[in-house]
Amino acid sequence: MSEQNVEKIDVVTGKNYKDQPVVLKADHVEKWFKLPTEQATGLKQAFINWTRGIKGYKEQKVLRDVSFEVHQGEFFGIVGRNGGGKSTLLKIISQIYYPNSGSIEVHGRLVPFIELGVGFNPELTGRENVYLNGALLGFTKDQVDAMYDDIVEFAELEEFMDQKLKNYSSGMQVRLAFSVAIKAQGDILVLDEVLAVGDEAFQRKCDDYFNKVRDDPTKTVILVTHDMGAVKRYCSRAMFIQDGEVAAMGDPETVAESYTLANLEVQRKEEAAHAKELAEGQAYPNGLNARCPILRTYGVSPLLLKSSDTFRFAVEYQYDEPGDFYLAIAMHDIRRGGITYDSGPRVFKMKEHGHRTVYFELPLNLFNNGEFRLITSLRTPTPGNPKMTDAVGVAIDDNSCTFVIRDKRNGNYALLSDRALEFTEISKKEAEEGAALQREARKKEDQAELEHAGDENV
Amino acid sequence: MSESTVKTESHTSLGERLHQRYGYAMTVLRGLVKTDFKMRYQGSFLGVAWSVLKPLMLFVVMYVVFAKFLRMSDGTPTYPVVLLLGISSWQLVTETVGIGLRSIVDRGDLLRKVHFPNYIVVVSASIGSLISLAINYVVVLIFALFSHVHFTWRVLLVPFNVLELYVVSLSLALIFATMYAYFRDISHIWEVLQQIIFYGMPIIYPLSYVVDRGGMYADLAKLELLNPLAQSIQDIRHNLIAPETQPTIWNTFHAWWIKAIPFVITVALLWFGIYIFRRNSRKFAEVM
Repeated sequence: MSEQNVEKIDVVTGKNYKDQPVVLKADHVEKWFKLPTEQATGLKQAFINWTRGIKGYKEQKVLRDVSFEVHQGEFFGIVGRNGGGKSTLLKIISQIYYPNSGSIEVHGRLVPFIELGVGFNPELTGRENVYLNGALLGFTKDQVDAMYDDIVEFAELEEFMDQKLKNYSSGMQVRLAFSVAIKAQGDILVLDEVLAVGDEAFQRKCDDYFNKVRDDPTKTVILVTHDMGAVKRYCSRAMFIQDGEVAAMGDPETVAESYTLANLEVQRKEEAAHAKELAEGQAYPNGLNARCPILRTYGVSPLLLKSSDTFRFAVEYQYDEPGDFYLAIAMHDIRRGGITYDSGPRVFKMKEHGHRTVYFELPLNLFNNGEFRLITSLRTPTPGNPKMTDAVGVAIDDNSCTFVIRDKRNGNYALLSDRALEFTEISKKEAEEGAALQREARKKEDQAELEHAGDENV
Repeated sequence: MSESTVKTESHTSLGERLHQRYGYAMTVLRGLVKTDFKMRYQGSFLGVAWSVLKPLMLFVVMYVVFAKFLRMSDGTPTYPVVLLLGISSWQLVTETVGIGLRSIVDRGDLLRKVHFPNYIVVVSASIGSLISLAINYVVVLIFALFSHVHFTWRVLLVPFNVLELYVVSLSLALIFATMYAYFRDISHIWEVLQQIIFYGMPIIYPLSYVVDRGGMYADLAKLELLNPLAQSIQDIRHNLIAPETQPTIWNTFHAWWIKAIPFVITVALLWFGIYIFRRNSRKFAEVM
């Protein structure tokens, strides 16, 4: 309901943003840092490096060729993994760092909120700090006077303004700093990782403010965050920075998805590296042992799928003991918890021993959006119980396979999609007649069972 | 090497842009100077009163030591006041350079979070020293009134001499602050250099003290006056309270080009200070 509203606005602003003037333009921005290879900084080290003819540093490329434009009134999100270059980009936007090549153009007054409390001085009172902070952002005393009440009211610190800042709790300091940043009458607001500020009531207030500001055509906000929820909630457009390059740019949903996928990819790589490490050593990963040294589930299809897709995956195993054995596959729902589906212990009877790989497929049309994990176990028949099997090895942790369903047609809340299941409204008469039929049928079944049992006893 | 450009607000007239640019700088400067001044005597009982009390008490100590015990004098009754004036003028140099050279690094947290013209940080440190200088001068003048010094129309020239002294100090502060951002050794080097300059100037000893020894030293002593710091401090003494007794570059040398040397050095230092600071100021946030 409210989600659909948000989407509508997205579409509207998404259509319109290009008509607005460009307020921030990054043109082929490139940035590298000198990382000192020698620890000491000082004249002596500089002299030694010079005499030896070594540079004493190596170049670390943080941004390579980043170009984008932000138009007036946009709520522009920048996402990326740690160390991906987004904080550096933010500092270049705020003109704290300068690009090695390329340029940044800013039109209007830019208010940065990088880390917390720009220039806050613990020995000054809250009031003095507001004026100092305002001055640093380029506001004269009169201008700060005009917005002072607004700032204090938003921070909810009316009775503390004449206290020294060192007597504030850390939450209060953050609230004050944040209020100065967002209430300052700037044209472009730059925010870095600040949505987790303050208690729940304050967060709700910020949420209201952001929702208001995203609809304000004169204010431009640039938000850097890891929180995909925030990106989807507030942003009208977003950009994903990876390894110093723009990996994706466009509507926030798509960008958030490519970010999620990139994270999965990294996770997969880490898992592969870990598995290799394990393979080289003699230890077995969790769930595996000498009888079943290899059992691994991995995706053959891409890991980000639509409901119309069929997910194809592989199970690699090694089992050398003679006798029957089976694979059982369970599908866990990470988002909602619980086991969505299980193949049962005696369904997939394996034909070949040794080191083999078998393939499976799974239709996804039943499910809403979510993250799912496939956990496979290798099992042998339980002696004396023809229906049961015992697990020899289980593919958990790094050996399980995680995949994601994302589809515009889907909801996010329940597990099953509308296509899979639907409630149908019926009349009272239909309900009562149907129930009566069911009761009668149940009675007959019970009687038949009783008679059958009686026959056996005789 | 770096071909980057940063343009801001380009569709306004030149005059407005100048106002915008320096208006902003002035706002920041005012904020920083105010904070610095508030912080200086933070938490002390007497507060701002210390800014007068401290030089007053220091002067009493110096007066007793130099004039009564050491009997350092050029033979005139005004010498103790001349001494105080010299020392308080020299304090402008040591304070401006001493605080200014650390200011960029000390304000690093600020420079890494918000963009503003970072020369402001150095200038604000120097304004703080100017305020102390003004207070010191008031105290010196009180001493001077008691010693019956001879005021002349030359008092009108004092602001220019102070300006020169300030410009040299600020230039040194800009140069050393730039170097300090890269090499922390500079603070120690400056302390030694400061001692050399101090004793290479007639501040605690009268120039006549050296000149009267005659010979080669007498000629070399005159060269001390070519140092713009020595020249401006001697001018301040001469013009403010002791026109009769103080040797200055004007009454020591006759060739005009020799008289011009300190001013050439001043302008060169200022140019070099601004040049080296501007060239490196973009990188301060990164190298600290």
